[in-house]
Amino acid sequence: MDSARKENDDVDLALAPETLARWQFGITTVYHFLFVPLTISLAALTAGLQTAWVRTSNEKYLRATKFWGKLFLINIAMGVVTGIVQEFQFGMNWSDYSRFVGDVFGAPLAFEALIAFFFESTFIGLWIFGWDKLPKRIHLACIWMVSLGTILSAYFILAANSWMQHPVGYRINEERGRAELTDFWSVLTQNTALTQFFHTITAAFLVGGAFMVGIAAFHLVRRRHIPVMRTSLRLGLVTVVIAGMMTAVSGDTLGKVMFEQQPMKMAAAEALWDGQNGAPFSVFAYGDVSEGHNTVEISIPGVLSFLADYDVDSYVPGINDLNKAAQEKYGPGDYRPNIPVAFWSFRWMIGFGMASFGLGLLGLWLTRRRFLLPPAMRTGEDEVPHLVLFRNKALSPKLTRLYWLVALWTLLFPLIASSWGWIFTEMGRQPWVVYGVLQTRDAVSPGTSQGEVIASMTVFTLLYAVLAVIEVRLLVKYIKAGPPELSEADLNPPTTIGGHDDQDADRPMAFSY
Amino acid sequence: MELHNVWFVLIAVLWTGYFFLEGFDFGIGVLTKVLARDRKERRVLINTIGPVWDGNEVWLLTAGGATFAAFPEWYATLFSGFYLPLLVILLCLIVRGVAFEYRSKRPEEKWQTNWEHAIFWTSLIPAVLWGVAFGNIVRGVKIDADMEYVGTLGDLLNPYALLGGLVTLCLFTFHGTVFAGLKTVGDIRERARGLALTLGPATAVLTLVFLTWTQIDNGDSWSLLAMIVAAGALAAAVVAVAAGREGWSFAFSGLTIVAAVAMLFLTLFPNVMPSSLDDAWSLTVTNASSTPYTLTIMTWCAGIATPVVLLYQSWTYWVFRKRIGTQHIADAHH
Repeated sequence: MDSARKENDDVDLALAPETLARWQFGITTVYHFLFVPLTISLAALTAGLQTAWVRTSNEKYLRATKFWGKLFLINIAMGVVTGIVQEFQFGMNWSDYSRFVGDVFGAPLAFEALIAFFFESTFIGLWIFGWDKLPKRIHLACIWMVSLGTILSAYFILAANSWMQHPVGYRINEERGRAELTDFWSVLTQNTALTQFFHTITAAFLVGGAFMVGIAAFHLVRRRHIPVMRTSLRLGLVTVVIAGMMTAVSGDTLGKVMFEQQPMKMAAAEALWDGQNGAPFSVFAYGDVSEGHNTVEISIPGVLSFLADYDVDSYVPGINDLNKAAQEKYGPGDYRPNIPVAFWSFRWMIGFGMASFGLGLLGLWLTRRRFLLPPAMRTGEDEVPHLVLFRNKALSPKLTRLYWLVALWTLLFPLIASSWGWIFTEMGRQPWVVYGVLQTRDAVSPGTSQGEVIASMTVFTLLYAVLAVIEVRLLVKYIKAGPPELSEADLNPPTTIGGHDDQDADRPMAFSY
Repeated sequence: MELHNVWFVLIAVLWTGYFFLEGFDFGIGVLTKVLARDRKERRVLINTIGPVWDGNEVWLLTAGGATFAAFPEWYATLFSGFYLPLLVILLCLIVRGVAFEYRSKRPEEKWQTNWEHAIFWTSLIPAVLWGVAFGNIVRGVKIDADMEYVGTLGDLLNPYALLGGLVTLCLFTFHGTVFAGLKTVGDIRERARGLALTLGPATAVLTLVFLTWTQIDNGDSWSLLAMIVAAGALAAAVVAVAAGREGWSFAFSGLTIVAAVAMLFLTLFPNVMPSSLDDAWSLTVTNASSTPYTLTIMTWCAGIATPVVLLYQSWTYWVFRKRIGTQHIADAHH
């Protein structure tokens, strides 16, 4: 009888509006964010390549701009359309959340739309269609505006998310039953927002860098499009290394902020059940959530304490202590996030990100600049670079090929890392939707039926799956095709706004849908 | 003027901007199957909005974001209440955006045809559904004491709202036809003019019926004024089309949309979402709004950003001011 009822409860829980709404948010948001980091980084990298073209008039830069620009456009189209859902989903599935936080949370969203979305969408139209309509430098300015738009957009939405992680600048109006904004500046500039922004942007560039390296490797191993791909490889590797380092630094900073603001999240990330001095960093753990301890654990002593505040001996509170403290503060309940998810997502984020950074560092060394190489190892513009391990020792052809293939097959590692990073951030905050203020179960739309949420989740998932197949196949097609040949029109941009003077009014558009 | 009233006006402005701009976008989408005779003509039409449709759509996102920030209760009730219609709109907008960007990216016949079907349907369906949604907002829906929508999907599909859907579809298609006349050159431009002359009177009749119904139900003298402007502008637009004055016809079809949206918001005020169950349960500019502090910050942001947005969006239209004909569409696929 009891077990039958329990089973029944489990089924109800699995189809509870909260569970369904969370799944839908998870699916649509993780999916949306597959396109975001690549959009942010490819916008800036494409803009950088186009700047090189405008400054040097070296055609390889224009071909590179067109090649990466095309991939960028295929990608941003998906980012834009899946972003529309994000803007309305709060109202649809999370109406009680919207009512409770709208006064605070709505403002950064409106700022994002007014300042960033308009910027991005208008200037991308100008950039796509503007090759034969705008003078070179104005056309270049457009892609930089797009890049600025993507970064501003990230900032505002991360400020909003940071408020959910660590609410500041508000008071609770008991009478209206909602949070009210009292200090917008502190919402925009609190350390959670700044570090999250720094971490997200640097990680985005790690994603774009690895993507570039992987695709350059794909062509270089086949000895195709060498001048463009050499340049792309170089740009990608430098991006991976710089962004990778900065991602690690910003991640470490963010970790310390989280140890202070959401100790439960970090304890869960480490499956540290009971608080201790000199807490270890756990490499592997398998435990019993209901009993609150690990049965198997491999760990490095002192490292967790060090990560928390640069002191190997400091005290780090554990899950059980924090849960007890939360129960005393907020009343009875379970204040633990899903421990295995928090634990493993944290590791996968770091693991995939670090692996990519390591490969990038290796690649940068292997393909180092001419003046660091003996003359025999130097290669020209139209040669695939030798992978030089030591002074006079290049990698064997087999190992060279292996490196290119590894670079290709790991091109999505940082993207995987960034998805797991968000899963960690959001699931590690549970059961709270606004940390310490509003629980997720109190945030869902009370009037929305199970059927509606199931219907929308199903169609979104199916549509997103179909679009993913279409998008990936399109990317592969354009990746394989390589950089385009340049046309007469490409090399002779107009000097007046609106296009060439009418010596040939019937000239076909340089780009048309 | 109190800030929540300012924001009521600003939200109305954002929706007006959205329907003015995406109105002709949707119209162009519908025309790809109504006006265009072959693929090249379809491409001519699509390319008249190619550089601008994305920026036009952001007016919707801004209207949504601004409603969230300025009237959280309105945002919450509207989007959780109109769940399924909104879901369909979102699905359409997703497919539509991808369709524009991806259609020309493969040469296969089937690929291009499929995306062209998609462009037509995903323009037509939202053009109808926005009218249905606004018809229901203005008419009032079943909202309980907790500001929750308690009606069903069937309640939303009432005759008044459905007529509203038909009106927005016709208005947007007419607006798109006039836009096509303004932005194209050659045979298609002539046919756009002919179509606008057919479409115009039918649109005028439907619009007049819908607005009169609205006026009788909820109108006051201000809404009556807006209604007269809308009707007059629509008539002027048709006359301008007949006279071959394309710029004026577009200005007047735009003014029709502006006045019609203004009328809907005038009949709404001071409610933002009236309850058909009990007047006391209606969402109003006061009980649905954010705090004065939030509204002040938002006002600063909108006050500075909106003119800048208008400036660079207008500049975009100026950059792409040349008319497009079949001769401008390259055969080669990108």
